[in-house]
Amino acid sequence: MKVSLSAFFIGFMFGLGLLISGMLNPVKVQGFLDITGAWDPSLMFVMIGGIGISLIGLRLTGHMVKPLLTEMFHHPVSTQIDRPLILGAVLFGVGWGIGGLCPGPAIAVLGVAGGDGLIFMICMCAGLYLGRVVSSAISSKS
Amino acid sequence: MMNIGEIMDINWTEFTPLASLAGGILIGLSALMLWLLQGRIMGVSGILGQWIKGEGSGQHYWRACFILGVIIAPVGYVTSIGGFDSQMVTSPPGLGIAGLLVGFGTAIGAGCTSGHGICGLSRISVRSLVATCCFVGSGMLTVLVLKMGIFG
Repeated sequence: MKVSLSAFFIGFMFGLGLLISGMLNPVKVQGFLDITGAWDPSLMFVMIGGIGISLIGLRLTGHMVKPLLTEMFHHPVSTQIDRPLILGAVLFGVGWGIGGLCPGPAIAVLGVAGGDGLIFMICMCAGLYLGRVVSSAISSKS
Repeated sequence: MMNIGEIMDINWTEFTPLASLAGGILIGLSALMLWLLQGRIMGVSGILGQWIKGEGSGQHYWRACFILGVIIAPVGYVTSIGGFDSQMVTSPPGLGIAGLLVGFGTAIGAGCTSGHGICGLSRISVRSLVATCCFVGSGMLTVLVLKMGIFG
């Protein structure tokens, strides 16, 4: 119950942050990615604010042995720079460039963007599902 | 002194450094809190992907609650404060293709803007740095190609 409430509150704060930052506006995202046109560097500031706070917070709390509400920290397992990482990131970038939405904003606009947002979301979920199937097939083979 | 405006054409009318910084701080705080409270990385493609595929026992509820929170925040904002700018840049078929690529790419590459871009970079992960450079780079290239196709 506590974990669900905490997750809801954090999701809400994240959604609000995405909205205020401008990430829910595909025109603005394309304005950031369009470096040869009239460039809008705003999204650099989203990165600076987001990474800055998180980096400082992680440094200050590095001594914690377990999280406040659960039993353990789930550290990322892979540190490898492999082909799936590069290929996946490149494909993601192509989709981000075409649609101007990444996964967080795609979820956040669901309630306000109507049918267009829904189309993106359904296709993104299909892609996520397919990608996870392919990913686990690759990792079980090796 | 070299001015960035001399090298690049900056779109000053659309430039929102303070709002974007404030939004970024909220995003960073969310990532930090999910880690400190629950010990989880706030990677949206991972949370959503694992939720729809039903991975990890007992993990469905908090993931669903997180997703619900993300959906409700803008709805709450619109009903209590007012509208905000959000304009699609492509037609429904384009959105479908883009959605598929975003989903498939982030699943294969194990992360998106939040997981690699915010969480990964704030833990100084080289893997996430490489991923972020790849998706920002290919995003920039894609917009350039699209522009040439339309205006060229």
